Amino acid sequence: MAKRTEAKIAFGFLAPFLAVWFILLIVPVFRGAWISLHDWEIVGSHRYFIGLQNYVDLWADPVFWQAIWNTTVFVAITVPSVTIVALLLALALNKPGRFYSVLRSMFFATSVLSVTVVTLVWTMVLRAENGLINNMFESLGLPQVGFLSTEGLAMVSLSVATVWWVIGFPLMLFLAGLQQIPKDIYEAAKLDDSGFFRTLYYITLPGLRRMMAFVVITQTISHFQLFGQSVLMTQGGPAGSTRSIVQFIYEMGFQSWQLGYASAASMVLLGVMFVASLIQFLMSTKGETA
Amino acid sequence: MSASTNSGVPMVSARAVFLVVIAVIWVFPAYWLLNMSLQPNDVLLRSTNEFLPDSNSTLRHYVGILSGSSTLRWLVNSIIVSTCTVFFTLLLASLGGYAFGRLEFPFKRTLFVLVLGGLAIPEQAVFIPLYSMFSDWKMHNTHAALFLPRLATPFGVFLMTQYFRGIPKEYEEAAKMDNASHWTIFTKVMLPLARPALITLAIFTLLYTWNDYLWPLVSASKTEMFTITVGMASYQGNYAQTVGLGFLMATAVFASLPILLMYVIFQKYVVSGIAMSSGK
Repeated sequence: MAKRTEAKIAFGFLAPFLAVWFILLIVPVFRGAWISLHDWEIVGSHRYFIGLQNYVDLWADPVFWQAIWNTTVFVAITVPSVTIVALLLALALNKPGRFYSVLRSMFFATSVLSVTVVTLVWTMVLRAENGLINNMFESLGLPQVGFLSTEGLAMVSLSVATVWWVIGFPLMLFLAGLQQIPKDIYEAAKLDDSGFFRTLYYITLPGLRRMMAFVVITQTISHFQLFGQSVLMTQGGPAGSTRSIVQFIYEMGFQSWQLGYASAASMVLLGVMFVASLIQFLMSTKGETA
Repeated sequence: MSASTNSGVPMVSARAVFLVVIAVIWVFPAYWLLNMSLQPNDVLLRSTNEFLPDSNSTLRHYVGILSGSSTLRWLVNSIIVSTCTVFFTLLLASLGGYAFGRLEFPFKRTLFVLVLGGLAIPEQAVFIPLYSMFSDWKMHNTHAALFLPRLATPFGVFLMTQYFRGIPKEYEEAAKMDNASHWTIFTKVMLPLARPALITLAIFTLLYTWNDYLWPLVSASKTEMFTITVGMASYQGNYAQTVGLGFLMATAVFASLPILLMYVIFQKYVVSGIAMSSGK
């Protein structure tokens, strides 16, 4: 009897969240799958069931494949850069005292800015005419560089801006990880006269392994959803070389008005995200049992 | 060991100086933006290479923003949307977290895993069907459309469940003796104890909502319903013809200030919250 009342009460507490969660997160997934099976235009009532035709078209669409390739390149540049820079900064800033706490805040502060502010600043820094770096190059007698307009270089530029923007979270994670390594191991290493690099390789890096895995997988998930940087800094150019998957979905939906086709691409993205999250989940539970 | 006794002090300061140089370079672009926001548009049209305030410096862009502009309207929109998102997220997450963390009911574990599965569904993968649903409900260009989808993310419920689960049983024993209801225990005992977790959740929700770009971009098509993040993006690219570079920079400062202030004030919670997110 008491148990049944408790279950009822629990349901009362859960109902508001479950309702929102179901209607605005679960239903959209199924609705997206449903839309993806249609020729579905954004305005009017042009909605024809066409089965898997959108997926067949996606498979044959070079623009979609290019978007997947571009996004993969972006992830491949950004994730290692973020991880290494954050790790180096964490090692350098892992010291007590007000001085280091202020430095940590300076490196973290850029993470609270919005993507619009970040892209505004970095466009000013990198743009061809009157950009901060190109002005410096000019006064040094160096040739001008089209950081945002050269194929191959544009994606690297987006990546630099992104590292600057997102470094704060992984930095804090690594600092937290460093705090968890027992102090007495370092004391013992000191007694053994173990050098900086030996200590780093045999004590610090193994101690950070779990945190490193967490950073790499969460960063991968997040940068696979690249959108604002490429839309605002390069508009996907030059020659489509920075168009990301999310940008492809956005353009198909809101510039070509093909919601069905855009939904099919969303489903592909959802699949990738789901697999990545599953890997993260399996890794975290494995870490707990070990 | 022996080397550090002799040259220890100069070595430390060389390292400190190096770090300061890197940190200054790191924040320089943001400083440069701040300085440009204080320059008249026509000066910036000639050169953007001024790095210090000078005789040209003026607060006119800030006055312009405050004396009634689209920017002000967008700021108000952002404040409304963020406040609603934070309030309802805290409400839903603490209620749900209490049920998962402190109550017993059938299929609890299954339901919890199912709910957390939602973490694998990013907004970027469902904004098309969400757009179509809000179109059916004729809700685009409303504040509700801008904050509702945010409430569905299970992160808050996860955070609050972990927190409530960690509170020792003794805290509610006394209340149970007095025959207090679960509602009383929740409001009088649990919520006050959960203050640090609620603050952390509020900060992260605010940060995410304030800076969100994709959903407000597709949902708010009318200029007067833009959030500050989307509004700024709409200026970008053609500011020379419209508002001028200095005004755009001042808008960027306005857009960043509330969130930077919040970070400075609640820094402690930000740091502990990030550490918590890794499951530790």
